[in-house]
Amino acid sequence: MIDFTLWDILRNLLLAARWTLALSLIAFIGGSLVGLALTFLRLTRWPGAALFCRLYTELFQGTPLLMQLFLAFFGVAVFGLDVSAWTAAAVALTLFSSAFLHDIWRGCVEAVPKGQWEGARVLGLGYLKTMRHIILPQALRMAIAPTVGFSVQIIKGTALASVIGFVELTKAGTMLNNATLEPFTVFALVALLYFAMCYPLSRLARHLEARLNVTAR
Amino acid sequence: MSLLAEVSALDSASSDAAVSEKAAVTESAPVSDSALDTESAKAPLVSLSALTKSFGDLPVLKGIDLEVRPGEVVSIIGRSGSGKSTLLRCINQLEQHDGGAIHVAGKLLDGSEMDAAALAQDVGMVFQSFNLFPHKRVGENVMLAPMLVKGVARDVAEREAREMLAKVGLGEKFDAWPSQLSGGQQQRVAIARALAMHPKVLLCDEITSALDPELVGDVLKVLEQLKREGMTLILVTHEMNFARDVGDRVIFMHQGRVHESGDPATLFANPATEELRQFLGAVL
Ligand SMILES: Nc1ncnc2c1ncn2[C@@H]1O[C@H](COP(=O)(O)OP(=O)(O)OP(=O)(O)O)[C@@H](O)[C@H]1O
Ligand SMILES: [Mg+2]
Repeated sequence: MIDFTLWDILRNLLLAARWTLALSLIAFIGGSLVGLALTFLRLTRWPGAALFCRLYTELFQGTPLLMQLFLAFFGVAVFGLDVSAWTAAAVALTLFSSAFLHDIWRGCVEAVPKGQWEGARVLGLGYLKTMRHIILPQALRMAIAPTVGFSVQIIKGTALASVIGFVELTKAGTMLNNATLEPFTVFALVALLYFAMCYPLSRLARHLEARLNVTAR
Repeated sequence: MSLLAEVSALDSASSDAAVSEKAAVTESAPVSDSALDTESAKAPLVSLSALTKSFGDLPVLKGIDLEVRPGEVVSIIGRSGSGKSTLLRCINQLEQHDGGAIHVAGKLLDGSEMDAAALAQDVGMVFQSFNLFPHKRVGENVMLAPMLVKGVARDVAEREAREMLAKVGLGEKFDAWPSQLSGGQQQRVAIARALAMHPKVLLCDEITSALDPELVGDVLKVLEQLKREGMTLILVTHEMNFARDVGDRVIFMHQGRVHESGDPATLFANPATEELRQFLGAVL
């Protein structure tokens, strides 16, 4: 058995943390794109669009992320599809994030006071112009802080990808623990690294919330 | 030609603006010869007949007949829940009426696919809660609709927005944010914003009710000025003094009907119905 120095442990964890970040980034970007598409779909007011978006949101918010990961990894194998842990984790986290981001953004659009709609309407602005010039700019401002806040949930959510064998920070931690039998050191470092990734984001979210709330500006 | 073309600056402090505006009027409005004016003065600008509106099972307007002539200032008073706001909101189709007919400037509003852009050029509205766009500066609030709805060029819209703001005494607030203004100032911006579309009639729904008492006067002064300039106003108001001193006609609404109406002096001095007497007793 090889001896691990503290530096060895840390170095391996840092290498694995790259994958946590990469997976988070993919989930955030993918989730934003899908969530944005859902939000615009809902704003079209097409028949069935709102129902579809609601069912989608409830499906992914109402089931554990872990189950979604299992389904994306083991579930599709039943249909003869062979997906890598990477793909399965990226797809599952993207869908999961899209449902939450869509819900956040829908809430922001709906949180713009009705008086803004009426103010625009009596000036002669139609639905699209009102959306574009009045509602969305205000909704966007409201959405920034909770969106940044949710990115913290995504980072922590990637830890679950370890159960399907994707080697990110948590998985690397368990492997190092098995090799070193130093659970306290290893997991303390793992926690520290998560904290280092999440803390700046939650600080940023709180800062943005405070700043964007002072005036409606 | 819009009545507003004849409007001049309110604020004595901005007399330059007043001068330049009068100059603009003589250039742009030679059309208002008296023949046309008397012709159009005969036709009501807003005409409601047998107007009904329910919310679900609740009848709110139970057959309203009302004609408002150009240049008239009509005050609507009545208890909370008597349907005053609903009446105004039907006139600009924020609510669809169920029965009866609404004509504005001779056009029938039939509740079918309404053209908001066309209606906004006939009917303007100011709300109790201002409803300014908080993410846009004061000037942009005023310029937005002329540019987006009427396709007015930016420089023209800006010049006109400055004139409108000067008219309501806020010429120097063009670059301010709405949140930096007092309630009374915000409400005057809302009036300028409505006027920028050159509506033929302006609807005001309790526009001083959300203001501190000392700010009410500034807003009422603007309305008085608009009346003097020939603007047609339909006001839901709790300002009985204003309704009496400035209004041409008072409509007392009670349980979804026009219960009593007439010229303010008579109506306030000698209410014909018990309901109006009680109402006036409670508010005066
Ligand atoms: N959107 C709506 N849905 C259901 N009921 C409504 C709606 N708007 C108004 N109402 C009801 O219609 C009635 C008349 O309301 P309206 O706002 O026209 O009264 P109002 O005379 O303006 O009263 P106030 O002086 O309190 O403003 C009230 O009973 C109110 O609850
Ligand atoms: Mg009302």
